[in-house]
Amino acid sequence: MPRVRAIALPSLIGCVLAVVIGALIGAGGHTFVTANGTAYLSNNPEACVNCHVMREHFDAWQHSSHERVAVCNDCHVPQDTIGKYFAKAEHGWRHSKAFTLQNFAEPIRITSDDLKIVQDNCVRCHQAMVDQMHISPTGERAECVHCHQTVGHSQMR
Amino acid sequence: MTATSSNGKSRIGFSLLLIVLAAIGTVGVLALWQNIQNRKVEARQTVFKVVDVDETTVDPAIWGKNFPHQYDAYLRTAESGKTRYGGSEAMPMSKLEADPRLKTIFAGYAFAIDYRERRGHAYMLEDQRLTDRVLLKPQPGACLHCHASNTVVYREAGLKAGAPGAITDSVQSASGVAQLMKGWESINPIPYAEATKLVTHPVACIDCHDPKTMQLRVTRPGFMNGIQALAMSDAPTPHLPSIESWRKGDRKRPYDANVDASRQEMRSMACAQCHVEYYFKGDAKLLTYPWHNGLKVEQIEKYYDDQGFKDWTHAISGAPVLKAQHPEFETWSQGVHARAGVSCADCHMPYQREGAVKVSSHQVRSPLLNIAASCQTCHRVSETELRDRVTTIQDRTAALLARAEIANVEVIQAIKAAKDAGATDDQLKAARALQRKGQFRTDFVNAENSMGFHAPQETARVLGEAIDYCRQGELEVAKLGAAGIPKAVSAATPTPAAPAAPK
Repeated sequence: MPRVRAIALPSLIGCVLAVVIGALIGAGGHTFVTANGTAYLSNNPEACVNCHVMREHFDAWQHSSHERVAVCNDCHVPQDTIGKYFAKAEHGWRHSKAFTLQNFAEPIRITSDDLKIVQDNCVRCHQAMVDQMHISPTGERAECVHCHQTVGHSQMR
Repeated sequence: MTATSSNGKSRIGFSLLLIVLAAIGTVGVLALWQNIQNRKVEARQTVFKVVDVDETTVDPAIWGKNFPHQYDAYLRTAESGKTRYGGSEAMPMSKLEADPRLKTIFAGYAFAIDYRERRGHAYMLEDQRLTDRVLLKPQPGACLHCHASNTVVYREAGLKAGAPGAITDSVQSASGVAQLMKGWESINPIPYAEATKLVTHPVACIDCHDPKTMQLRVTRPGFMNGIQALAMSDAPTPHLPSIESWRKGDRKRPYDANVDASRQEMRSMACAQCHVEYYFKGDAKLLTYPWHNGLKVEQIEKYYDDQGFKDWTHAISGAPVLKAQHPEFETWSQGVHARAGVSCADCHMPYQREGAVKVSSHQVRSPLLNIAASCQTCHRVSETELRDRVTTIQDRTAALLARAEIANVEVIQAIKAAKDAGATDDQLKAARALQRKGQFRTDFVNAENSMGFHAPQETARVLGEAIDYCRQGELEVAKLGAAGIPKAVSAATPTPAAPAAPK
């Protein structure tokens, strides 16, 4: 009798473990799919309005001067592969945490790190024009969007 | 044997721990899934219709069942919130106690009896019923136009008086407008005490929204007539482009805000139904917005002068004077925000997020109580900096306003002194006319609810003129003194104390 129990207990635990981990994987997978998780790996601007907060920015971008030449990722993530996915992961974590917990300040503002990414991307395309422009004598950089704040997605009416 | 057994035990223990963790993880994932689903549903279905509302549904609580976010915020207009100038408190402080100059300026008029700071929309009807201006001086039913939800009351009265159509017709339809106008005309002249029994609610959903489509609409007859008069004038209205384009058309039908105005314009015009200058015309007490020459103070004044209208005869000076009433729409119209296409609702009813939905806040209040939502959507600077800018504008306006009030009081004293010394009405005519001009301009700013913010430069111009006209009035009196009216001048102009800075 004790032998039977000794065999049965671990295999019972094994079964439960299999079921529970299976449930976790299943629930996780289902959630990932229903939340359009794969969209975040793409370059499609629609992905950025998945969580509705960016709807106004998206609408404004569609009417902006950059709509035909740049999507969200062209300005808001670095262009090298590692930097790009690192930024996506970091933004994704921060944004989804804020939106799930609903504990962010409004109006939402770009962080200073992300502003640097935007600045680099401005220069990436407009290099020839701004080569001599954006470096001050002290080496400080003037942010393009400090003045040109309406080019991407202005919600000002 | 012992080692294997303990090894087996720890494996079992580890497996059990794993099970617990996986179970907790699954619960967490499911909770997240549910959260995502909730947000998706919120974004998809912004309205959940549980009751029917139509053109007869006055009670906002019924509308509130379909629009709980908006209704909740609407109820919160009862909350008090204090800003440096104005605000909303349990029983708002008396402006007469805070500023005794007003007792002289309004001598002989109901505003010298009771004049308080304003409270939120929730109190508009209660405060009107309780003010001594209404209790001690009989007022007409015309006052109800802006202090109650009266769309249905007007229409019912209109139908009784023979207007065409049925109560279920849309307010925007021809018969709806006819009912509204007829009923309004019949309620204007009856005593207020009688008229106020007809209404139950302060301004409510039905007064600004179409019950079928929820789109904004105007339902106030005074505004409908006033904005038509403005459209018929040739005063430029660059901040209201639909009026300018109506003028370019064939003008076969009058300008109609419900048809011609853009949604963004309606977000100001809905408020302009009441936050305006007005007067009661003739014995019919026809509530009239004096916009026939334009919206600026001198254009409004010209209309009153042409009509030969005065609000009252000043008890001390005998001048035929005017009282301005909260000309917010007129002042905003002269400011930079209006010119940039910013509506009343953009700042006073800013968008707020409720989960995944954005709702225009129906807790109408001072933008200073929510700078992040009201100002920072456009102005990307800190709250402190924005508040400082507003404070600077308002403090300067308040200081200039205090000087204008002093000038008002002193021209009144000068005229009184001349009168007491025997000056005739004919001799005092010019000085009294100047008092009227200075008085109206001072009050145009004092009665306005932004302490200059809605149009800082325009407000300073108006106050500058006010001071000038009052002092010119004193000079007129002085001329009489020089011409032989004894003792008229010397008592008139003590050096004004520096205006006290507001606390």
